[in-house]
Amino acid sequence: MYLHEFQAKGLLRSYGVPVPDGGVASTASDALRVAKSLKGEKWVIKAQVHAGGRGKAGGVKVVSAYGDVYDEATQMLGMKLVTKQTGEEGKIVHRILVEKATDIRQEIYLSFLVDRDSEQHMIIASSEGGVEIEEVAKSNPAAIVKEHISPVLGLSQFTGRKIAKKIGLPSNLLNKFADIAERLYQCFVNHDAMMLEINPLVVTGESEIVCLDAKMTVDDNALFRHPKIEEMKDYGELEPQEVRASIFDLSYVSMEGNIGCMVNGAGLAMATMDIIKSFGGQPANFLDVGGGADVNKVREAFKIILTDPKVKVIFVNIFGGIVRCDLIAEGVLKASDEVPGDRHIVVRLDGTHVAEGRKILEEGAKAKGINIVTGDTMADAAQKAVELAKSEPHKRSVKK
Amino acid sequence: MSILVNNRTKVVVQGLSGSQGRFHAARMKEYGTNIVAGVVPGKGGTEVDGTPVFDTMMEAVRKTGCNASIVYVPPAFAADSVMEAVDANLDLCVCITEGIPVKDMLKVKRMMKTGTSRTMLVGPNCPGVITPGECKMGIMPGEIHTPGTVGIISKSGTLTYEAVKQVSSFGFGQSTCIGIGGDPIIGLKYIDLLEMFEYDAQTEAVVLIGEIGGQAEVKAGEWIKQNFSKPVVSFIAGQTAPKGKRMGHAGAIISGGDDTAAAKMEALEKCGVHVVHSPADIGRKVAEVLGK
Repeated sequence: MYLHEFQAKGLLRSYGVPVPDGGVASTASDALRVAKSLKGEKWVIKAQVHAGGRGKAGGVKVVSAYGDVYDEATQMLGMKLVTKQTGEEGKIVHRILVEKATDIRQEIYLSFLVDRDSEQHMIIASSEGGVEIEEVAKSNPAAIVKEHISPVLGLSQFTGRKIAKKIGLPSNLLNKFADIAERLYQCFVNHDAMMLEINPLVVTGESEIVCLDAKMTVDDNALFRHPKIEEMKDYGELEPQEVRASIFDLSYVSMEGNIGCMVNGAGLAMATMDIIKSFGGQPANFLDVGGGADVNKVREAFKIILTDPKVKVIFVNIFGGIVRCDLIAEGVLKASDEVPGDRHIVVRLDGTHVAEGRKILEEGAKAKGINIVTGDTMADAAQKAVELAKSEPHKRSVKK
Repeated sequence: MSILVNNRTKVVVQGLSGSQGRFHAARMKEYGTNIVAGVVPGKGGTEVDGTPVFDTMMEAVRKTGCNASIVYVPPAFAADSVMEAVDANLDLCVCITEGIPVKDMLKVKRMMKTGTSRTMLVGPNCPGVITPGECKMGIMPGEIHTPGTVGIISKSGTLTYEAVKQVSSFGFGQSTCIGIGGDPIIGLKYIDLLEMFEYDAQTEAVVLIGEIGGQAEVKAGEWIKQNFSKPVVSFIAGQTAPKGKRMGHAGAIISGGDDTAAAKMEALEKCGVHVVHSPADIGRKVAEVLGK
């Protein structure tokens, strides 16, 4: 789960990590109120969306008069921010963070993540802050410092000092850096974060160290023990289908094509998208109905797929292990009532109770007077789905 | 021969009294798996469908001589159960549970690396392990498997069944099939299992099924090039997956440029692995490389 910058900074503040004074606003007058309460002469206005690269896209503005705070806030709120990470469709800015501007002397990069290789946490730092770490990795890999952190032992002060020294901080800042790094790690580990990135971490004119930005993601599987974090979830950042899917515990990702997919198992769901592509078609989505799929879940999955107007064909690909094909067949028949007549349904069933499932589907479709295309193998069914998606729309109903 | 499990494996089910544990224990017994005990804290002294239940793993080991456990414990407590199996020094622990926090798994792995236990872990978030005709430790449909010479290693559940079915339909059975799990932090990885397959006389070829995210497949490719003498057929799921989106599995997310399906397929091909682009070609490719 992604946190907004202002949410992450709130957590950091509670761990005693220095962040700029600021407040979040959803209207321009709110923004003005925040700026006035902060006082000072210069403020930074930052769009709160789940995407990096905001600065270059116009999502970060520095202003030095109350009138400009109001004007920039007016402009930013409601705008569609298109950054490197949002894709062409961009993200609508619903909230902005107004902060007191910081006097920056030096920009550093600092992050914590889960390292799959060493199966430990990792701290990454660089003297080149304020730019994307991937770019530094290409242009000047020597500037990047990494250390493992044992999740059992935690981050020691000496490790913090070692990193500070390696990225070239002066002696008088070593302890300060180590202290902040340890607090950041505590915040990271206590919230089951998968990633915490401070870019930039800055040294101010007064030799203070301050987190100017904060990007944090939390392990979805650990949200059960962080109810306060779960409450921070911003459903506005998700596609409507993804919101619906999350309510019904389905895993859904929308894509560009016109073949809607309903599959059990994440690997098979990805493979289904791949095979559609290999036959020259385009998947409309990734959808894993999971191991507990029953009649209701199938209906919900169909509903979610059908909210995407691009979908011309619904392709059901089930290899029953725990999931029973007969229950899926019943679900597909029930759900087919709500499928508009010009959309095709292609079903491939295999595995547990496959014979019963195929029979239910065939007899049910006949009784309802509808056409449900079936395929014996994944390739057979995928090919049929692709052909139907390319064909002219026609009436699926063959009622006598 | 086979790897990890066979007809001598004595299985204890952790979480036997839960709905998942009870249901799958019955399916495993039907298949012929030798289930000798269950462990459910607080329910020691009872029975579930004729299988004795113990409070602790230590007791179960002492009373029944079980040497492998399968975990059906809910995610919040599953890591603790795995650690109990490691502490009891079993040969194998298979963790089916989906949704265990990564931080819990990091602790499990620290314990396994720094301790003296010999326990090997498969999973979590996996379908388990099966040696067809001998022992099923997992949730896979047993009837699609046939004994034979092809080893299968996969991050996925249902996609593994797909591969098994295809391999079987071309007349090849399986030596052992292992679902290693779709989480970022798991027990045995591709290389650990390839090493076992290298020394397993029954196995003549291996199917390696991977997906986007992480570096495991690329590393396996490099290892295969240096050390593996048998043919490997591979499919990588997620060729059409967008960057930055989690595709169902916690570990299936493209975060850089080198963990895409295309990058992994290219790396594996360079290492001499027979990479198929369509998941429908796995069985055919196996038949081709085994030349029968």
